[in-house]
Amino acid sequence: MAFSQETIEFIKKECQRYETRRSAILPCLYRAQKEDPNNQVTPEAVAEMATLMELPEVQINEVLHFYTMYNKKPVGKLHVQVCTNISCSMNGGREMAEHLCKEFNVNYEEVSSDGRYTISRVECLGSCDTAPMMQVNDKYHENLTKEEAVKLLKDM
Amino acid sequence: MEIKLLSEHYDKPEFQGLDGYKKLGGYEPLKKAFQMQPKAIIEMVKESGLRGRGGAGFPTGVKWGFLPDNGEPRYLLCNADEGEPGTFKDRLMMERAPHQLIEGMIISAFAVGSHKGYIYIRGEYNEPTAILQKAIAEAYDAGLLGKNILGSGFDFDLDVYQGAGAYICGEETGMISSLEGKKGQPKLKPPFPAVQGYLGKPTIVNNVETLAAVKYIIRDGADGYRKHGTEKSAGTKLFSVSGNVMKPGTYEVPLGYKLMDLINIECGGLKPGRKLKAVIPGGSSAPVLTAAECADATMDYENLAQKGTMLGSGAVIIIDDTNCMVDMLKVILHFYHHESCGQCTPCREGTGWLHKIVSSIYSGTGRLQDIDLIQQVADHMAGKTICALSDAAAMPAVSFVQKFRSEFEFYVREGRSKVKGAVDAQV
Repeated sequence: MAFSQETIEFIKKECQRYETRRSAILPCLYRAQKEDPNNQVTPEAVAEMATLMELPEVQINEVLHFYTMYNKKPVGKLHVQVCTNISCSMNGGREMAEHLCKEFNVNYEEVSSDGRYTISRVECLGSCDTAPMMQVNDKYHENLTKEEAVKLLKDM
Repeated sequence: MEIKLLSEHYDKPEFQGLDGYKKLGGYEPLKKAFQMQPKAIIEMVKESGLRGRGGAGFPTGVKWGFLPDNGEPRYLLCNADEGEPGTFKDRLMMERAPHQLIEGMIISAFAVGSHKGYIYIRGEYNEPTAILQKAIAEAYDAGLLGKNILGSGFDFDLDVYQGAGAYICGEETGMISSLEGKKGQPKLKPPFPAVQGYLGKPTIVNNVETLAAVKYIIRDGADGYRKHGTEKSAGTKLFSVSGNVMKPGTYEVPLGYKLMDLINIECGGLKPGRKLKAVIPGGSSAPVLTAAECADATMDYENLAQKGTMLGSGAVIIIDDTNCMVDMLKVILHFYHHESCGQCTPCREGTGWLHKIVSSIYSGTGRLQDIDLIQQVADHMAGKTICALSDAAAMPAVSFVQKFRSEFEFYVREGRSKVKGAVDAQV
């Protein structure tokens, strides 16, 4: 799948935005991921980025594989990231993550059969005073119970 | 009692926008700063005793003084890659008071002679990023950023750059690598960023709270700022308190404040019927304190160092008697293993081994000698790597085992937690 015209424009603009073109890799990878139907960055997208940015693919792959927020395999429509770091674990974050997997019948990091959910356990999201919490796509949802989390996700 | 400088107007929604911010005194300190000589500002920040609020606690004015006078362009980077487990104070500031950070950055840039700055913010912080971008656009429209700011003749451009999920990018040289569009791997120091940083140019990296505090130093003067805090730990500090307290949240108190007052007064104490077991005073990499050690602990750099721990980022995690220390250490070590960037062997391997050993105890297959093995592995990690992540894993591991050894021994002997009900079917 080729990038949309808007994404091509975005990439070209980002390449001018920083002191070096290479700095544009992180923002452009986000953009490529957003445009992908499976919310991931494919090897084809990397190749297209490399051509547009006039950078070697290896420089893009290095970034893609170092950072956790770029998905290297398909992710559901709702990427549910439950914090299971220390303060959240003390307040039921791990149980909440388990509960969501059971409720939506999906293993961690996989896509539910209806394509809607991927549940991940993630490290501290900087929302420790509102534990337990989860990030769904771009947004934080805080001070949850596992039942509330299920309801929230079903209503999305 | 709280003393609010940075957080004074957090509860006012209008403080987020430029108009509201200005009505509450915003950008007046900037005008004052423009009347001063840049060198005088650096001196004032030195005299104020301000120390880095991101974790390392290095004196800010001294750091600024390391910039070489070689005519090269200089960069000012704000470290908003808030990732130390337990820390959330910078997110709150960027959401509630974005202009406070921008103003602090303009003043700091003027002082150090930088014309380009970036706020490097963690990838997960989408909402704060949007708020900052809006505030930066407002500042450009009002002539507070860009060319000839407020007619001062000083130019400063500011942009926001989002990371993509790597704790290591909170380490300043890792952050610089990331901003250059590379893996966020730290670099060997020296050269320090002040000499060779972003793109090899002189670069100052300061935390969100540090840069915002500069505004208040200009407003109140070095002496005014020093009125708060202790002789060696000057000013106020934002503490992110979480864990088992009634009212977790961000609290601004003068440095030197009693830890137990922070817990009992600001945070409303523990839940009924619970007993304090331990406190991690400065983010998950800080060695843990026992309840007995907490009794006379004060929240300043010196007192916590005397107790063998550190103030760090000011992330205070309160642990009551319903928690299993083996379980908690396992969670902490999982984090450091996951976040090790992999370039130094002692860290890459050591964090993995520590996590494996504690996981083995946790799953009931641990041996008594494993408890000492934790100490041995940690000895091979601390101080032996390019950055401090290795130490950040070793320090809590050693402190948990030393101070709560009986819990680890019980777990090995019985194959279960000493704390009833703490570890049921955990993953």
